[in-house]
Amino acid sequence: MRVNDAIVGACLIALAVAILVHIQGYPLIPGQKYGPALFPGVIAVGFIATGAILFVRGLRQGAPLLVPGPWLTRPALVTNYLAVCAALVFYVVAADPLGFIITSIVFLGVLFLKFGVRIMVALPVAIVSTLVMHTLFYKVLRVPLPWGVLERFAW
Amino acid sequence: MTALVTAFGLVFDPYTIFVILLSALFGLFVGAVPGLTATMATALLVPVTFFMAPVPAIASIVTATAMAIFSGDIPGALMRIPGTPASAAYTDESYAMTRNGHAETVLGADLVFSVIGGIFGTIVLVAAAPSLAEVALKFSSFEYFWLVLLGLACAVIISMGDTVKGVVSLLAGLLISSIGLDNPAGYPRFTFGSIELLGSVGLIPMMIGMFAVSEILRYAVTTEEHAEMFRKQIGNVFRGMWGLCKQYPWSVLRGSALGTAIGALPGAGADIAAWMSYAMSKKLSKTPEKFGTGHVEGIVEAGAANNSALAGAWIPALVFGIPGDSITAIVIGVLYIKGMNPGPTIFINNPENIYAVFIVFFLANLLMIPLGWACIKAARRILDVPRNVLMPIILLFCVVGAFAINNTLFAVTVILVFGVVAYFMEENGYPVAPAILGLILGTMLEENFVSSIIKADGRFLGFFERPIAGVLGVMTLIVWVWPLVKWLRSRHRVPATA
Repeated sequence: MRVNDAIVGACLIALAVAILVHIQGYPLIPGQKYGPALFPGVIAVGFIATGAILFVRGLRQGAPLLVPGPWLTRPALVTNYLAVCAALVFYVVAADPLGFIITSIVFLGVLFLKFGVRIMVALPVAIVSTLVMHTLFYKVLRVPLPWGVLERFAW
Repeated sequence: MTALVTAFGLVFDPYTIFVILLSALFGLFVGAVPGLTATMATALLVPVTFFMAPVPAIASIVTATAMAIFSGDIPGALMRIPGTPASAAYTDESYAMTRNGHAETVLGADLVFSVIGGIFGTIVLVAAAPSLAEVALKFSSFEYFWLVLLGLACAVIISMGDTVKGVVSLLAGLLISSIGLDNPAGYPRFTFGSIELLGSVGLIPMMIGMFAVSEILRYAVTTEEHAEMFRKQIGNVFRGMWGLCKQYPWSVLRGSALGTAIGALPGAGADIAAWMSYAMSKKLSKTPEKFGTGHVEGIVEAGAANNSALAGAWIPALVFGIPGDSITAIVIGVLYIKGMNPGPTIFINNPENIYAVFIVFFLANLLMIPLGWACIKAARRILDVPRNVLMPIILLFCVVGAFAINNTLFAVTVILVFGVVAYFMEENGYPVAPAILGLILGTMLEENFVSSIIKADGRFLGFFERPIAGVLGVMTLIVWVWPLVKWLRSRHRVPATA
């Protein structure tokens, strides 16, 4: 998806203004001219300059505001994209209550099926790779992956 | 001398050798599978190396990236799809050679000249880094301030494409680096009350998002159907290689030297090195008309260049803490975690670890000969691995890897956000490299500015009063002002011709 430079430019200027407003609250360091507000301030000025160039250029080019990529017209691909994002959100939400093992099997299984893996392959591969990953990170590298509802069966 | 002996002991420790071999196989696989890049290999390795001693941790990254940059050539020759962006410059040429019945020659050239380029880059690294470090020992905050600014300018200018978009990308990186407590005043900036953000966003999860999750998103929406693969048996790939060395000695040398130099420039890595040296090879060739029809000359030159760039990128990374490419950007993060803070003193405080890194570079490039040969033989199997199974597993690996760094789910949110951002940036022509450089160097830039301005009593001229600082300062100003001058001149000329 290509976005017209003018839109990006306008967003950058808006971001810069937000930064400039936000840093007004930063304290000054006694006896010194350069406090914590300086660096973000300079960045904001940079955003205003580049944002303005992009804005003017975008208007001159007269390109459409949004050019959808070829995949946006194909529902299967749009849902692929959303499935990847949704899987990550699901992990963040579910990992602690459900535990790593259940969350990961669902995470992998759903993505496999979405990407067109046959269910007879998808399920066993999801289970085996979850267990391999769990062994590698939990047992070998001692990362405290959550057990969740499987707490009582922890091994 | 004793440090060198210690270094050999560290590298030829059975555990380290085991790590090197495993990382080599991992690197060859990641490089050969289209859509998985060498930078991604590094980002995925970090969570695992997190738990290792410094030498095996660094060794695994050095080995995996060297192998990945070579094996990225294989699908280019067999399927006309580059395995990593560093092979994209000569993918069409390689495939044309395969179609003309020269599959063995092109794969052999990919392997042999990758090794030669890699060793050339390593020799330059070994020769240049310690002597540069001696100069750098005399640097104060003034020199570092200019050096960082010069590095950022390079990243914007070299990243191919639009300079304005490069600057936007750089500013975004700098902005993110300013999040959190890590600034000279110790004031929490842009944290909005979040405890997670006090320690900034977290470099490693951000890298995993930008280099791994974004690639998975790209795979998820890819509209191309599977490409046809060349399936004939591959014969002896080493036949005729000595002849090529004798036929194109200058190409090999030029490619390796240009690759090392591009690698050493901040922000530009193996992919840009390959494009530039392929173009240079065509320009200086006696038979430029043969380029594009399946001619090996450009492959020899660019194949050497992308591997030599890998080693070149370590020069500024080790000596100044300024990454030469996106791989060393991650490496710098790892070095800090391992207590090997990059900078000239690393050569005094940890000489054995630095020698060990040098030895690993040689070893990895030599190991590439047998392992690369085996990889070519197994190529069809590797390329047949179904990507719809591979990609979700890699995504889960990203999740667990990001979580493992600080054991927080916040890191998983970070990889999602930065995956989407990096995907959007690449779709719209915003180069990612300047953002990464801004991220890594933002804190260094601000700290050196603040301590310099205090030393100079607030006078900006103080930034030019030390001899090296003065030269660096003038150079930096020229590099930053140059695009502006060029733009003004082109504006001036347009109405005249119209």
